[in-house]
Amino acid sequence: MSRQRLWRALLVFSLAALALSGCSGDPSLNVLEPSGTAGEKQLNLIMWSFFLMLGVFAVVITIFVYVLIRFRKRKGQDRMPEQTHGSTLLEIVWTVIPIVLLGILAVPTVNYTFELADAKPDEDSIRVKVTGHQYWWEFEYPDLGVKTAQELYIPVGKKVHLEIHGKDVLHSFWVPALGGKTDVIPGRVNTMWLDAKKPGKYQGKCAELCGAGHALMDFVVYAKEPAEFDKWVAQMKQPAKVATAAQKEGEQLFLQNCMGCHAGVNPKLQGPDLSKFGTRTTIAGILPHTEENLKKWLKNPEAVKPGAKMPKIDYLTQEELDALTEYLMSRK
Amino acid sequence: MGTLIVLLVLALFLTAIFTGGYNKDFLDRVKTSKVWDWLTTVDHKKIAILYFMSGFFFFIVGGIEALFMRLQLIVPHNDLFVGDTFNELLTMHGTTMIFLAAMPMIFGLMNAIVPLQIGARDVAFPFVNALGFWLFFAGGLLLNLSWIFGGAPDAGWTSYTSLALNEYSPGPGIDYYVLGLQISGIGTLIGGLNFLVTIINLRAPGMTYLRMPLFTWTSFVTSALILFAFPALTVALLLLMFDRLFGANFFDYTMGGSTVIWQHLFWIFGHPEVYIVILPAFGVMSEVISTFSKKRLFGYTSMVFATVLIGFLGFMVWVHHMFTVGLGPVSNSLFAVATMAIAVPTGIKVFNWLFTMWGGEIRFTTAMLFAVGFIPTFVMGGMTGVMLALPPADYQYQDSYFVVAHFHYVLVGGTVFGMFAGAYYWWPKMFGKLLDEKLGKFHFWTFLIGFHLTFFPQHFLGLFGMPRRVFTYQSGVGLETINLISTIGVFGMTIGTLAFIYNIYKTFKVEAQAPADPWNGRTLEWAIPSPPPEYNFAQLPRVRGLDPFWLEKQAGNKGMTPAEPLGSIHMPSPSYLPVLMSLGFFIAGFGFIARGNYAVGILGLIVVVITMFMRSFEQDHGYHIEPEEIEDANKGVQA
Repeated sequence: MSRQRLWRALLVFSLAALALSGCSGDPSLNVLEPSGTAGEKQLNLIMWSFFLMLGVFAVVITIFVYVLIRFRKRKGQDRMPEQTHGSTLLEIVWTVIPIVLLGILAVPTVNYTFELADAKPDEDSIRVKVTGHQYWWEFEYPDLGVKTAQELYIPVGKKVHLEIHGKDVLHSFWVPALGGKTDVIPGRVNTMWLDAKKPGKYQGKCAELCGAGHALMDFVVYAKEPAEFDKWVAQMKQPAKVATAAQKEGEQLFLQNCMGCHAGVNPKLQGPDLSKFGTRTTIAGILPHTEENLKKWLKNPEAVKPGAKMPKIDYLTQEELDALTEYLMSRK
Repeated sequence: MGTLIVLLVLALFLTAIFTGGYNKDFLDRVKTSKVWDWLTTVDHKKIAILYFMSGFFFFIVGGIEALFMRLQLIVPHNDLFVGDTFNELLTMHGTTMIFLAAMPMIFGLMNAIVPLQIGARDVAFPFVNALGFWLFFAGGLLLNLSWIFGGAPDAGWTSYTSLALNEYSPGPGIDYYVLGLQISGIGTLIGGLNFLVTIINLRAPGMTYLRMPLFTWTSFVTSALILFAFPALTVALLLLMFDRLFGANFFDYTMGGSTVIWQHLFWIFGHPEVYIVILPAFGVMSEVISTFSKKRLFGYTSMVFATVLIGFLGFMVWVHHMFTVGLGPVSNSLFAVATMAIAVPTGIKVFNWLFTMWGGEIRFTTAMLFAVGFIPTFVMGGMTGVMLALPPADYQYQDSYFVVAHFHYVLVGGTVFGMFAGAYYWWPKMFGKLLDEKLGKFHFWTFLIGFHLTFFPQHFLGLFGMPRRVFTYQSGVGLETINLISTIGVFGMTIGTLAFIYNIYKTFKVEAQAPADPWNGRTLEWAIPSPPPEYNFAQLPRVRGLDPFWLEKQAGNKGMTPAEPLGSIHMPSPSYLPVLMSLGFFIAGFGFIARGNYAVGILGLIVVVITMFMRSFEQDHGYHIEPEEIEDANKGVQA
């Protein structure tokens, strides 16, 4: 028996080693490798509680293994164990020690809970209004007059204050590498803050089941140096120009086919703002930003993202489709 | 309506085939058939088997759904089950496993064992007991029929609004969830009440509260939790039903409702629910570990108080499922500390189990293996439980695969291991035959290894940024290998479960009858034959202390000392009303799900009212078993 037990222990150990070394997570969405203050605080607490619990586990497992080996019934043995009732001293020991341990754990927990909840924007922080939709994210910078979707740009080193709104169902805003999540709740405004300590691209996820496309409701956070961030803001405020004839035709097609949803005429049928579509790096938050993928999406959105609310734009001729694509890609 | 008539005719037709055609004696033959016996039984031992069989059936169904999900996730960008289909699978897996597999298996064990352990002849309300089972079964069947008629629910087992409202889930799926769970919930509620009354009132002479075996104690606390927790679910489902069927606006924020109210109501029920399914498993472990260590349970009194405390604290912590909702740091901190507090009584239990084995003589039977394998598994689930209780850390874990790993460690490592341990331990008492030990050990090892292989890596999936309830994940961010390992593990659990099924089949073929006391047991159920006669105890036993049968054996007695002379035993009569009443609820549920055809729904409710009326005014005094018959039966056993 003990040999089989040993095998099991080995198996679990090797799995842990494998998971830790062989296939470690990617820094763009790894909770264990945070790039933001909130994520670091959370990781501190995760590690602190993990090692405390590991200590408890070690004690339990030591007694467990000892008991199983020492007191197993041996061949031919037939003794009568003493029928003990218990031990008040031991009971007190294993009641009091956990209480003390949990007390120790409770102090930083409460501390961090209040720290992370303190999301009042100060003069220096960037304010962003986040709205979760089925199945895309809308980002609006009320102080900068910029509106975008699927991609959140933030300056490195600045506190970003998020105001989280919901319109349809529950979602949850999560950027694993920067910090924990906050739920998107229709009819309620939640707040949270995060920052990025180094420039980079971070993956964002929807973490609350929101329907058929939930798994693909991704977004990206770009952390830029402040100067680059300012440049991005300036670019976003500059209206894109319509240059070629094909783009002109594309604009006509856009006005005829897309404006209903993509210009916010009907709030129930709101699609992402596309006025700066050319600057994006993904189509629908998941596909690489190429003309080919854009056409694929236009022809059948539901094939790319199940449950997507956008109707198929499969009735255009090839030329029209090319023109529309070119127009959209030129929105920089 | 037409469908109903067709079904009715078909049922009559089938009955005729199985009983040998229509003629004058048709009704008599139906009434003496085996099927009729099982349909109308009010015997707690038979109801236990019904609970067990249907619970195990749903366990297989839920397991297949899980297998499908893991197959979809075996590689990134797989397209086996995507979008709504995957959401249906995950919803039905969760709902089935909690409500239709864990709950009935627990009720099955409680039915089979609690009356025997307290020295009773049946539960307090045998009719209600049967009704509880049939309502559960009707609800479970209704819920699963959604796969065939109109699509399964797909908003998660938590069915959060506003996703679960008409606007975002227009099909009938959520209606099946609401009405199926409502019907089976009534069954659970009356079952819980029944066991409360049974344990309070029907204990044998001398069986004081602090002499009750721990399985009975945990069943008692679980029943109390059911009594207080299920009404919250009933209310939540009722509100959702009104929103969906009759256009109310409890959860629609645009009309002044609130989506968060659903979450509160659901988790006020939902958190105690996880203790409802884990506490009886704790009880099984206590019995099994004590028996196979050949020792009295260490710290019995503190075990009892720890159980009660866990049950009580279980109602104080529901907000830890809602840390990211934004209820503010004060409420998050309070609920965090309350949640951590639960670790203390749970720790007490673990150490008491360890010290029960300390100094004992441990026999590694299959039941004991499951109990022993449960300890480290459950402690790991407890560890992550404490980690999850810390709100800032939970902002990262919440709704990620870390949570999935955690609750499978406690629910599979706790409840499922507990039910398997209980099955191997009490199988001889329930069926009169011993399960094969060799196959049992194979079952244990494949299941245990498969389990850890599936769920241990999932902790890392969560930490590496994979949310739960997703049908796919990105490639190239370190998630492929872990997902692959996790899927491979499922096959271990599948093979283990298949071995268990084969074991059951093989055991039924075996001729040899199990002895009354195959494990050198300590509690009352081992003092009577396996399987017990329908009246359980010919004479009610006198209980002299904790582990009453063990005490008698130590004193050199062969069995329990009777507390009453041999006399006529009053037994409840079987009744077909529970099935009929549940059928009424079933039809009503179906009627309301098929919107716009309320006639069928109302017809079902009329059936319910009529059967209630019949039950209320029925003259049923039961029947008596006379001492001569009991003596004849005893001779038969000895011969």
